[in-house]
Amino acid sequence: MDRRQFLQSAATFSLSMLLPGAQAWAFSNSQPSKNKLVVVMLRGAVDGLNVVVPYGDSSYYQARSGIAVQPPGTADGALNLNGDFGLHPSLAPLMPYWNSKSMAFVTSSGSPDATRSHFDAQDYMESGVPGAKLVTTGWMNRLITLLPDNHSPVRALNFGPTIPRILSGPGTVANVELGPQGTRPLVVDKPETEHIFEQLYGNRNDALGQAFREGIQARKTISKDLEDEMEMANRGAPTPAQNPNFGKKLAQLLTKDDTVQVAFIAFGGWDTHVNQGNGKGQLANKLAPLGQGLAEFAAGMGSKFNDTTVVVMSEFGRTAHENGNGGTDHGHGNSMWLLGGKVRGGQIYGKYDGLATARLYEGRDLPVNTDFRSVLSSVLLAHMGLSQDQLEKIFPNFVSSHSDVGNIINA
Amino acid sequence: MFEKALLPLSQKIIALTCVAGLTLAQLPAFAVEHAAEVQMDSDQKILHLLNRLTYGPRPGDVDDVKKMGVEQFIQQQLHPETIQMPEALNSYVDGVESINSTPSDLFRQYSIVALRANKNVGGRKLSDDERKDLQKEQGDNYRKLYNESASARLRRAVESPRQLQELMVDFWFNHFNVSNDKGLVHLWTGAYEQQAIRPYVFGHFRDLVEATAHHPAMLFYLDNWQNTKPGGIQFAGRGKGSKNNFEGLNENYARELMELHTLGVDGGYTQADVIALAKVLTGLGLPPQNPALLRIGQVEIGRFGSAFAPQRHDFGDKVLLGTTIRGTGEPEIEQAIDILCKAPATAHHISYQMAQYFVCDEPPKALVDHLSETYLRTDGDIRAMLNDLFHSHEFWNPKFANSKFKSPYRFVISSLRASNVALADYKPVLGFLRQLGMPLYGCLTPDGYKNTQTAWLSPDALLRRIQFATGLGTGKLPNNPLDPLDYKDVSTSMNGLFSNNTLTVVASAPAGLKSSVLLGSPEFMNY
Repeated sequence: MDRRQFLQSAATFSLSMLLPGAQAWAFSNSQPSKNKLVVVMLRGAVDGLNVVVPYGDSSYYQARSGIAVQPPGTADGALNLNGDFGLHPSLAPLMPYWNSKSMAFVTSSGSPDATRSHFDAQDYMESGVPGAKLVTTGWMNRLITLLPDNHSPVRALNFGPTIPRILSGPGTVANVELGPQGTRPLVVDKPETEHIFEQLYGNRNDALGQAFREGIQARKTISKDLEDEMEMANRGAPTPAQNPNFGKKLAQLLTKDDTVQVAFIAFGGWDTHVNQGNGKGQLANKLAPLGQGLAEFAAGMGSKFNDTTVVVMSEFGRTAHENGNGGTDHGHGNSMWLLGGKVRGGQIYGKYDGLATARLYEGRDLPVNTDFRSVLSSVLLAHMGLSQDQLEKIFPNFVSSHSDVGNIINA
Repeated sequence: MFEKALLPLSQKIIALTCVAGLTLAQLPAFAVEHAAEVQMDSDQKILHLLNRLTYGPRPGDVDDVKKMGVEQFIQQQLHPETIQMPEALNSYVDGVESINSTPSDLFRQYSIVALRANKNVGGRKLSDDERKDLQKEQGDNYRKLYNESASARLRRAVESPRQLQELMVDFWFNHFNVSNDKGLVHLWTGAYEQQAIRPYVFGHFRDLVEATAHHPAMLFYLDNWQNTKPGGIQFAGRGKGSKNNFEGLNENYARELMELHTLGVDGGYTQADVIALAKVLTGLGLPPQNPALLRIGQVEIGRFGSAFAPQRHDFGDKVLLGTTIRGTGEPEIEQAIDILCKAPATAHHISYQMAQYFVCDEPPKALVDHLSETYLRTDGDIRAMLNDLFHSHEFWNPKFANSKFKSPYRFVISSLRASNVALADYKPVLGFLRQLGMPLYGCLTPDGYKNTQTAWLSPDALLRRIQFATGLGTGKLPNNPLDPLDYKDVSTSMNGLFSNNTLTVVASAPAGLKSSVLLGSPEFMNY
């Protein structure tokens, strides 16, 4: 057992001490699975009512006279999903996945905590324990400590320069830069320089030592996986400025290296208090590269799309009514998106109550009828192969709310 | 008892004093806690002081503090006007247009509106070429203003002898964060820092709230310039939904003013308070840039060229945190700021952040309580709070010495200071900060950057710091022709910081890499 393994086992053990009823070694005989979970977080609270548009509901158009996405068949209108709901037209690249029943949405879902603070709400969604500020680990990190260890330095991948709350914790996480900097050579790639710094950090039993060792290992794996991509980029195929090519890059990493178990990526800029637009405009311009990237990811996964589930979520929704500036303020319920070969798609899950004031949360927001943990629980049980006992460690003291999302993944 | 025999003599005496009168059986928790409170020796004290009250020692700093004494150094730093500024730095700063111009001048000179006016195209549709030119010019302006302001920030952080002032500028800017990447804010980021933050960093906390509330950068960043009484106002020639209409409340600034700037997220306010404060703030915004908007009537031009439009203000009475605010217009804003700044929740929130910044990631409750008392007693006197902080026993607890992980910003500044180099071009440093997820003036969200190890330590980030240290140490920072550093300078300026292991590795490293090894060492990642 090398040190890193030891750290992980120790971490799992201490977590299990923390949570009653845990069986730390329950997974010791199981084989690493090839199934993958990708979580996409839209930071800043995306306006879910303009993503999954309740165009069949006249109260939607009353509440949003300036910013409503028009019904299917009109200019910049929504794309019909099921006769009641439509998808924002900027997300057209995802429609083939809806049509082939690989994509689903959960309306009126989210975190039950009442906070309208972006930062608290994101923390809760990432810790997986809404309302408890003292939980320091993220649920995706707890997840990798529970999955059978495949000893890969890239079993958990984060896109971006810092480790977000959701992946914080003792389990190994590699972070990758999205931009061209990510694959540019570093001095530590040279064995003689690596050796010098290895002497400084290699034997340290602290967070710095661990970060160094994980960094070196991940770097070796990732730069190998991205070599072809670099060559392609060097051939000069131009990239649209607004499209970071995240979907292609992510798919490349996940297909070349089957040891990636979970991946996380966050996009910001959804806090549309002002002039968000309708079928066109600010929100539309932000959704377009996201939809494009997700579609490219799905296509890039090839046959492994069938082993992959993507969950898109945001800390809360926005007010049902537009505000005084053609925007929306902080709200409550939102829509979650699921994409993947095992998703029982082509359906809208969750319970939509309409936008009449009496049906709104605190008279102003879409309610949360389905806890985000219910949706994630289904994914973790049916897709990632967790047991009920293990799930209890991901979402302690959580009892899945009565809802239809229990079957959202084809077992 | 014999465990303590391992401690040096001076520490042993203190440890023994602490446990006097207790039997061994009573020792465990209590004794361990106090046994840790050994004293730093005077060299450790000076290094700790320089690590925490400055961006890290430059060669020679340790000797200077030794000469003047710890207390004198603290008092000087708390009263920056007593410290002589280098003439060259002063005249450089005086010449930076982006930070010394008024917001209105910057708007007139560099905004897209001004660019169009200069081209004399009026409302006419632009040709493709004209549009391209305009876009290019706008991009050039954006970069010019950013590079000027950001370089000035970095250069002062590296070179100014008024180091604590520079730390506090960073601290308060971050507390009242605005992002260069949101619309018009890029015109004003540098001016905002220079005019609304810098003059008040040692003043009363209320001064900062008052100044930031009225600066165009903040008014634009958190949308208050559009915040209008419920129902909004209409004026001729504009349809509903048009971008120049002011159609109702916008809660954005009101919420963050309570959540982030003053009370803190657990500060006891409700959604009703957010709405009440938003109503108080209606009408506080920017002067109309579009002549059509003059039809809403006169506005009152206020500090920093902000504007208060009575026509957009909600003159109803409001109840904020249980206190009734009568609908009187602009004075309501002063009253609301008073209520927020006097609240014990604000005292606690600010004290926690200060203690976290200067002492440790999870500051001791006793210290936070102590600073809160000072805040409430002195009406939020920042200098008094800092003075108490620097004399607290928590600040001098050796277990916190060199225990905080540097943010990317602090890492860069401290390595430039340790290297004692004057950079000709700070753009490579700005690029590095971007790579590490901490672009200067580029934190998109109003909560600012965190300053904890959890936020910044990641495998990739550590390798990139080593990359930067190697580039700097070998004199290969892009755009900056430098000689390789003399590692003796670096090592003597931080005497006692480096572990035996690090010094051994340095000794065996190739001559050209020795400084890089120090700057990329585990000890140098902390402060």
